[in-house]
Amino acid sequence: MAESETGMSAIPVASIEGAIEFIFTPQSSNVTGGKKVGGIDQVIELTLNQLWLTVVALAIALAVALPIGLYLGHRHKWESFAISFGTAGRGIPELILIAFFAAAIGVGFRNVVLALAILGIPPILANAFVGINQVDRSSVDAARGMGMSELEILRKVEIPLAIPTLMGGLRSATIAVVATATIAPYGGYETLGDFIINENVYGENGVLAGAILVALLAVTLELTLAGVQRLLTSPGLKLRPA
Amino acid sequence: MNMNPTRWRAVLALMAALVLTLGVAACGSDDDSTSGSATEGSTEASTEGGDESGGSIVSNPENGKVSLTVGSKNFTEAIILGEIYAQALEAAGYKVKKDLNLGSETVALKNIKQGTVSGYPEYVSTVLTSIFGKEPEEVPADATEAYEEAKAELEKENLTAFPPTPFASANAVGTTTATAEKYGLETVSDLEGVSEKLNLYGSPECRQRIDCLAGLEKLYGLKFKKFTPVDIGLRYTVLEKGQNNLSILFTTDPQLSAESDKFVILEDDKKVFPAGNVIWVTTPKVVEEAGPDYEATITEVQEGMTVEVIQELNARVELEKEPAAKVAAEYLEAAGYTG
Amino acid sequence: MIEPTVLAAAGQVGEDFFKDRDAGSLCQANNANLFCWDWAKNNIDRYEPFFIQHVELVVISVLIGFVAAFGLALLSRRWSWLRVPFLLGTGVLYTIPSVAFFFLLLPFTGRGRDTAIIALSVYTLQIIYRNTILGLDNVPRASIDAARGMGMTDRQILRKVELPLASPEIVTGLIVATVSTVAIATLAALAGGGGLGEVIVGKEKLGLDFKTNLIIAGGLTIALAIVFGLMLMGVQRMLTPWRRARPA
Repeated sequence: MAESETGMSAIPVASIEGAIEFIFTPQSSNVTGGKKVGGIDQVIELTLNQLWLTVVALAIALAVALPIGLYLGHRHKWESFAISFGTAGRGIPELILIAFFAAAIGVGFRNVVLALAILGIPPILANAFVGINQVDRSSVDAARGMGMSELEILRKVEIPLAIPTLMGGLRSATIAVVATATIAPYGGYETLGDFIINENVYGENGVLAGAILVALLAVTLELTLAGVQRLLTSPGLKLRPA
Repeated sequence: MNMNPTRWRAVLALMAALVLTLGVAACGSDDDSTSGSATEGSTEASTEGGDESGGSIVSNPENGKVSLTVGSKNFTEAIILGEIYAQALEAAGYKVKKDLNLGSETVALKNIKQGTVSGYPEYVSTVLTSIFGKEPEEVPADATEAYEEAKAELEKENLTAFPPTPFASANAVGTTTATAEKYGLETVSDLEGVSEKLNLYGSPECRQRIDCLAGLEKLYGLKFKKFTPVDIGLRYTVLEKGQNNLSILFTTDPQLSAESDKFVILEDDKKVFPAGNVIWVTTPKVVEEAGPDYEATITEVQEGMTVEVIQELNARVELEKEPAAKVAAEYLEAAGYTG
Repeated sequence: MIEPTVLAAAGQVGEDFFKDRDAGSLCQANNANLFCWDWAKNNIDRYEPFFIQHVELVVISVLIGFVAAFGLALLSRRWSWLRVPFLLGTGVLYTIPSVAFFFLLLPFTGRGRDTAIIALSVYTLQIIYRNTILGLDNVPRASIDAARGMGMTDRQILRKVELPLASPEIVTGLIVATVSTVAIATLAALAGGGGLGEVIVGKEKLGLDFKTNLIIAGGLTIALAIVFGLMLMGVQRMLTPWRRARPA
């Protein structure tokens, strides 16, 4: 703890212990007024907020992007568009997107979720396309020869074979959405990012706690999805690297 | 192998050259310090405010040995004030660095105590209610009394406060004229019974502040449908884009006079939102190092700051979207302090 | 209406200081307007320093990430047991949102450009490393065997066979890394690192709700991403006219 120039009580510097304490017990706020901040209740509330935001945004993105990507991949159409769309999507500046939606439509859950869904669409679409497009043609022809309908081919042949790539798209989208959900407070919806952005209220321990929590949340989601991917991938495909 | 090695080498070289050129060009044109943008925009200030001493602030070469860092809180009015003080001190011959947009009072104070910032403009009301936890009714109605009390409290914490500005500003509960008409709202007490249907928007620290949500709940006994923290810059957006919304505004906001048919503030009949004049908060150590011109410059340059002037300056930045540095320079010149 | 307590002022500015302002007629005063051309024309130069900072952030981070990724790739080819830990390690770091990353680094590197560059470099490192490994893996064994048959040493094989054949993949990695970094660098302002995010949340902020500002900042960011992307795609095309670009 550093000694201040004015000889006052030492300036608080963020510490891991402080951050952990912040997570579990409500602290008296830097600003007087009697209301405490932090504590496990608030942490859970904001975590659930962020999760809910992420899940809904991904659901919307999947509903929009997956059918288009699967269709284009199955028909082997518009390859360069699909691929460059995926790359271009990673260039969308998140903060500006959220701010723009807030300014144009208003603040709140609905508007933030739309912005996040937009961020999730490109990776899902591009990977859906690539996954289906790259399925071994002979397998598809064989299935066609057996009399399967196009939809059946998609369902029973192409999708199972494309699972690693499809899941890769979902995981990419999740990383992008969780990262942007962290700055959702700029769009008027409170998530764990609130702790990080508003040092005024939560103090430096709050900021560190927020950063740790967000990192943990993101990594946990990623590992979960990796596990799901492993479960869904048929054994023959598991020889591919992650 | 159909790869042409010469061609490949040429391409690599071209790529490297392009990237390096960009890098060098970019690095070369940015000659400011890399940590943060503390000096961003100050080049404009020094050319506009400092070189002609035709104004009442005279450059004292003694001051050139002293380096000051001017801080400010994170909303328009605070940033404008920071710019004015910074440019004035520069005109007086000090070496001035700016570290504006720090955050709310807690962050600003932290920076002062750490010594990273020499001083910043603060509101007397915020000092008493937010920093020292006094109830609004304990804030003296008389501006000079309030200043004396704030100064005494700050001195106990080894901080110094310079005399206050002429103007004062206060928080206020505001809404659209449509909403006010719909629910018959003229004073904050009128919200009784109605507030459960309305959403309140305020800055993140509003929840904890007695001159904000905490006071509305405790002293007015109001419960709102929802409180959503938003960045101070969005305080009018939430009113424009939504319905049945209340927002915490400032009495010196330019929108209140320029768009008076759209927005209205409710009268603070229980006096929960004390108005505060602005005082310069700094440390005795800096005061000693900086010499007499420090306080003299600051108190002098404040004298032109009436409510009307501040509203005009706020309007130029918030409505006309001019740079705060330019607006500050315009004020200093028009008031005869510089140039 | 509460009367703020006012102290007597020395009344300095003249009457003509106050402008008669009709908020409705000023494009930028009215939040409803989408884009104010006049204001944009007059104020576009305010964006210049931040644009330059942004370019710097991107170029430096991509360069560092590229060099580091290359080094890691070479190491993990030499000692193949390193691949999995490297992939996992960079993968985990990549998952962490940039804002969290900046503030996790805060106690060590403080606010400012360095923190931003470290975080951005880690992201580019992950992307380029993965693509480099993938590219090298996909070099046909036949080519390597042929080269070995011709008597080339390992180093020569690397230089003359593997790297050239893997270069499209590597450049794809560069493209994705650069485009992503342009987007993430807008957040650097939150950590005091400069860049175009500063006009939105930083010291020179022009307003979180000023749409013209958002459009200009967003437009500049996207334009930068496009320019970098096209440049690198051109490089890729020059390197291998016969191979189609692989997806990210």
